Amino acid sequence: MSTQLAFLVFSAVVVVAAWRVVTTPNIVRAALALMVVLGAMAPLFVLLAAEFVATIQVLVYVGAVVVLFLFGIMLTRSPMAALPTGSRYRIPGLVVAVALFAVLALSVRDAFGDQEIDVRSVGTTQAVGDTLLRTHVVAFEAASILLLAALIGSIVLARRD
Amino acid sequence: MQLAQYLTLAAILFSLGVYGVLTRRNAVMVLMAVELMLNAVNLNFLAFGAFRDTTVGQVFALFVIAIAAAEVGVGLAIVMLVHRNRHTVDLDELDEMRG
Repeated sequence: MSTQLAFLVFSAVVVVAAWRVVTTPNIVRAALALMVVLGAMAPLFVLLAAEFVATIQVLVYVGAVVVLFLFGIMLTRSPMAALPTGSRYRIPGLVVAVALFAVLALSVRDAFGDQEIDVRSVGTTQAVGDTLLRTHVVAFEAASILLLAALIGSIVLARRD
Repeated sequence: MQLAQYLTLAAILFSLGVYGVLTRRNAVMVLMAVELMLNAVNLNFLAFGAFRDTTVGQVFALFVIAIAAAEVGVGLAIVMLVHRNRHTVDLDELDEMRG
């Protein structure tokens, strides 16, 4: 019962903040609303017994990605106020988003309408580490190479010479 | 808890991300909306992982987080490069390749 309440509270925070991210005219507020979304996702991950992913979410997203976005906003000198929001794609975008949500929600209800999640202690950090470094170690190493390539690539792209 | 609750929340988040990608004119804002969509996918991975009682969902979510971090880094570098060359990040003005 209390997990249900926690789910409702945090999902309400996530939805409202995500709405702010895509609609607010102020770009810095959008970045801070994104921080709220990503931060409020972490408790939802904990409710799914994924405490390690929740920690990584806070470290990587709230700690690094949002700061990177703020740097991006400053370095591109995006207008701090009165961002042009009057996009001519507003109505088509709304139609596409609502249609997509309708399709997704209907198919979810159709396929998993009354399935219950029985959260056991599947997600202890030890179990995740075992799976990661035993079964998926090649993908793990490939991800580190990808991060190195992205690091070098963004330095090459962004440096001034 | 119901599986459909998590999947519906992820669907809402994903649709908001799609709306943001389609309507925002600033390139940095589009990248933020992409992050929303990636997080919705992560929630789905974790929900199905808990549903099937396996840790593979969490491993997948970790890979998605790592790749999203790389994507943001490279994406913002590209946006900076565009800003340096064109002095704008307004996507409606970057239309040289329109046929």
